[in-house]
Amino acid sequence: MPVSIQQARSANRSLRIVCPNGHLGFAPIKTGSFEIGCRAEPDLICADSGSCDVGPVPLGADISSSPRQWQEQDLETMLLASRRLGVPMIVGSVGDTGTNSRVDLFVGIVQDLARKHRLSRFRVGYFYSEVGSDLLRRRIEMGDPVEGLDGRAALDLATLDATERVVAVAGIHPYVKLLDQGVDVIIGGRSSDCAIFAAPAIRAGFPEGLAYFYGKVLECASFCAEPYGGKESVLGEITMDDVKVTAMLPEQRCTPASVAGHAMYERANPFYEYFLGGHLDMSECRYEAWDERTTRVTRPRYVPAPVLRAKLEGSGKIGERYVGIVGVRDPYTIGNIDGVIDWARGQAAERFGPPAAGGYELHFTVYGRDAVLGEREPMRSRPGHEIAVVVQGVAPTAAMAEEVAMIGTRQMFYARLPQVKGTAGGVAFLLDEVMPASPAYRWTLNHTLRVDDPLELFPTHLAAAGV
Amino acid sequence: MARLGDIAKTIRSKNAGVDKITFDVLFAARADYERVRDSGVLSRDAVGRIFAIDPALITDHVAFDPALAIKFTMMRRLPSGSPGDADVFGSQQYGPLIDIDVPDQP
Repeated sequence: MPVSIQQARSANRSLRIVCPNGHLGFAPIKTGSFEIGCRAEPDLICADSGSCDVGPVPLGADISSSPRQWQEQDLETMLLASRRLGVPMIVGSVGDTGTNSRVDLFVGIVQDLARKHRLSRFRVGYFYSEVGSDLLRRRIEMGDPVEGLDGRAALDLATLDATERVVAVAGIHPYVKLLDQGVDVIIGGRSSDCAIFAAPAIRAGFPEGLAYFYGKVLECASFCAEPYGGKESVLGEITMDDVKVTAMLPEQRCTPASVAGHAMYERANPFYEYFLGGHLDMSECRYEAWDERTTRVTRPRYVPAPVLRAKLEGSGKIGERYVGIVGVRDPYTIGNIDGVIDWARGQAAERFGPPAAGGYELHFTVYGRDAVLGEREPMRSRPGHEIAVVVQGVAPTAAMAEEVAMIGTRQMFYARLPQVKGTAGGVAFLLDEVMPASPAYRWTLNHTLRVDDPLELFPTHLAAAGV
Repeated sequence: MARLGDIAKTIRSKNAGVDKITFDVLFAARADYERVRDSGVLSRDAVGRIFAIDPALITDHVAFDPALAIKFTMMRRLPSGSPGDADVFGSQQYGPLIDIDVPDQP
């Protein structure tokens, strides 16, 4: 068996990246395995910090889904290591959404950390990913369709008008441009996860197929290792011939099965990964054990796109939102919970009219029956001995949303079921009040936009940090 | 007969973008993978029956040998995080797969 790549490079010419976290700022980096990774001569430290998995609220409301303290902590861990080792650090899709405000926030945190630790002067490169609605409107009016993905229709003006904010998903291009300018830290707007890692590898002359695969396998950090354990570091090495990935936590291993299993993670199809510029074809990939904790991968293929199209993500506000929670223990009421809900809906309609005409939404989610799967739940005819109903009222104003949620919650208490034994209250209140929640948003854009230049939506900028 | 939950190493679901949920069933042993794959209990039609959906909503269905995995992807009921969707990450949709009965090999 060859020497572990942790001890020595496996080729004269290679590039090594340590990835400490698959979603920086979402749950803290485990620093023990990261320190081991930093001792393995990395050429860069890179992490993805965003995802559309967090739902449409953060993009629409332009917020992060985690506290600033967690973001600072992870950036501090990465930045101090990167400056100590003298290697570049790249973070992409910053602050969960990669909006302009999140990029500014992360650049500011890096500058604050540099001051706090009195780091020697270094250069920060950053780029934005937001797309203005004017540009999209012009394209629609020019007859250059903003095409829908996953069965969605092409974007129309009504949907655009209902959209709060749009980001485009960058490929490697803004990262390569900033690396060419000699920056030490890159804070990237919304990007394909794999581009963050592929960019330095492609810029260094490694084959594109291997480079994109390298990004794909590293972007979730220890999710490509077993046994399961998130937020641990992995070390990747790319050569002209292969990609190798090693778990840095001594208890974890990157095996052919764990790496192949991760290659198909959170994608519709295990063989193809799409990004601005083309796609990665993994159907011929070979996975083999290199050493006890390292897997070697060969034969991924890069297929350039004939026409460049950037993926767009957009979120639109539906309204303000309040939430109520009730419990039910009476078996007869549980068996007839739909009748209880219908009663409450009827009471809301008496006050505001039907939802569409009244401009509100009222949702009932029945935990203990089918909350998680809805009508896809095979066990929905067999609810538990106790259930909870979460009520969401959504309306144009907070006052109306509160009232809608309150009617939906309170009126379940008064529901009139013909044979109910308990007549002092049909449900149990967790609180007799309803709670303000984040406003309700929805994904309005899951689309693509034609671009002539892969940089045109992603303006790059430089800033200084340190003393 | 055995339960899928007793045979598979990993059974998971997760968003694949905002409009789809993808399911991965991974095995530790090739024999178990082939047994489940060949039994048809996770075929496109079988998955449609389990979730009471039109099989046309299953956009991808692949047996992926290198990972000893069966993978399929379906359209969501609602885009992730819309009001009324109670699984923003799509991470608990795999529940009904655990108790599937897998027939013994012929």
